[in-house]
Amino acid sequence: MLKKIILAALLCAPLWAQASEEVTLDHVQTNVEDKLSLQRGARTFVNYCVGCHSASFMRYSRLEDLGLTDKQIVANLMVTGEKPVETMTATMRREDAKNAFGVAPPDLSLIARSRGADWLYTYLRTFYRDPSRPTGWNNTTFPSVAMPHALWEQQGEQVLQEVKAEAGKEHAEGHAEKHLVMGKPGKLSPAEYDAMVKDLVNFTVYMGEPAQTQRKITGIYVLFFLFFLTILAYFLKKEFWKDIH
Amino acid sequence: MSSKVQQFLGWIDDRFPLTATWKQHLSEYYAPKNFNFWYFFGSLALLVLVMQIVTGIFLTMHYKPDASLNAAGVSVAFASVEYIMRDVDWGWLIRYLHSTGASMFFVVVYLHMYRGLIYGSYRKPRELIWIFGCFIYVALMAEAFMGYLLPWGQMSFWGAQVIINLFDAIPFIGPDVSTWIRGDFVISGATLNRFFAFHVIAVPLVLLGLVVMHLVALHEVGSNNPDGIEIKKHKDPNTGIPLDGIPFHPYYTVKDILGVCVFLIVFAVILFFTPEGGGYFLEANNFIPADPFKTPEHIAPLWYFTAFYSILRAVPPLFNSQFPGVIAMGLAIVVMFLLPWLDRSPVKSIRYRGALYKWALALFVIAFFVLSYLGTQSVSETKTWLARIFSIIYFLFFILMPWYSRADKTKPEPERVTAC
Repeated sequence: MLKKIILAALLCAPLWAQASEEVTLDHVQTNVEDKLSLQRGARTFVNYCVGCHSASFMRYSRLEDLGLTDKQIVANLMVTGEKPVETMTATMRREDAKNAFGVAPPDLSLIARSRGADWLYTYLRTFYRDPSRPTGWNNTTFPSVAMPHALWEQQGEQVLQEVKAEAGKEHAEGHAEKHLVMGKPGKLSPAEYDAMVKDLVNFTVYMGEPAQTQRKITGIYVLFFLFFLTILAYFLKKEFWKDIH
Repeated sequence: MSSKVQQFLGWIDDRFPLTATWKQHLSEYYAPKNFNFWYFFGSLALLVLVMQIVTGIFLTMHYKPDASLNAAGVSVAFASVEYIMRDVDWGWLIRYLHSTGASMFFVVVYLHMYRGLIYGSYRKPRELIWIFGCFIYVALMAEAFMGYLLPWGQMSFWGAQVIINLFDAIPFIGPDVSTWIRGDFVISGATLNRFFAFHVIAVPLVLLGLVVMHLVALHEVGSNNPDGIEIKKHKDPNTGIPLDGIPFHPYYTVKDILGVCVFLIVFAVILFFTPEGGGYFLEANNFIPADPFKTPEHIAPLWYFTAFYSILRAVPPLFNSQFPGVIAMGLAIVVMFLLPWLDRSPVKSIRYRGALYKWALALFVIAFFVLSYLGTQSVSETKTWLARIFSIIYFLFFILMPWYSRADKTKPEPERVTAC
């Protein structure tokens, strides 16, 4: 029994999940199989992100994964560069961006793998007006962020409002005393904006590892093969060992 | 066998001991017939070693050990890894085989070492097998540590920074030693290049040599078994073959093929469906290129080092120096080498040991897990005290072994091997 417990523990060791996060993140269900969502996300990405951020590992031609033809990519999504094989390079030069914002905008190719989808989804929805910041914008998920709100026309302008502590109502972690409220509505309703951000985040998840769909499909084939190989190996072993007692 | 083939083999055998080697190590190497589950991990470690070498060769065809920045402001090394992940045909598969393989190498090696512990495989006459094995473990740690710098991500950089800075703690010569290791005053391109050289040439050569010595020593004295008794004591008087021995080939080759299949299923599930291993095999922070000006909030080594990292952090600094912690961490590994001489039990296998040893071992395993877990966490007062308690348990397992192993109420060993 002891042996079995130790064995089980040994086998599970690397799979313990880590759960420690300071900011409460909103969960987003991404799905890289949803090609229409990825296409919408790619459109938002090239229209609003590639101005300042590069995705220097992402080739435009790779967007064929999204079910688009080369011509469609060139006509609709290739905002920078001359050939589809080129990677997504920011329009703004790095030095200029550094001068303007104080830091060079990070490369976004792998942002979903380093930050996680939930973080991005929350971050893009928690910008608010803050006159004390050089850009006029701040963010509750990433306080004092150098980046201004690129999607403000869509979301509108949120403000951070102090909410008086209500008796008998507990606030989680103590940072819920301030609330984001919509000061000036944008072109999209909050639900539409959330959907837009969700598509964008979905695209960054895809972009973090474009091979992930192929990886999972390959995995299923490999497991099928190994399953039958294991059965064969089992009977082979049994046959050879039948005389050993 | 056709006479042509036999002729050819004869020609070879006159010039090279091919048939003799085959017989000595496989078809006429007699292994105990009662190997159980725990005996799969040696061959699996060999499998993973080969897999790491083969995938490593393919990775070096595309990886560039270069810390300079490319036009997009990303280091060439980091970019080359992503190039492998995206633009090289099946590059993602090769890279994930290698990264998952690294963690699985430690999984199988830890299980293999645990097998040695429970069945007393380190005891006389197998002390050298154990010692070569410990050296393999140390070489493996060096290999993993240096390999982890190569993707040149934030964790690569800062993890290496923390570990190399440990050498700073050595009195008098410390700073010179760490500068010598880095090849620079900070971790830089010079460090990356030399780690690459060590990772792909120097350490693998040492590892392969040690594995050969490990196996030669094993085949010289013969394998232990779950009963911890010597099968060579009872031989067939006519043939000289141990009565409880069976030829490794074909019996254990076919059995190990089954083990390999099951292992590969586990491996494939991780590789294809969760290659990041929940952040334990590939850390999220390592998807950010190394930035010498931005220290990550939380630096932790990969899971297979965290037990020792915990011991390091548990020891309080002396005169503002981390040196005692570094010494403790080193001792935690050195003490493993001494195991054959610490164990004074009249029996080898856990099957015939008494309650004392079983409790000691259980506490040791728990301590190793708790320390491993604590090493992944950021420090707090409670966690530091827990780490101290479990570090002491870790060391007591070894230090007190000469007494509790002798005082233990053992059961008599059987004459012949029993069931698995």
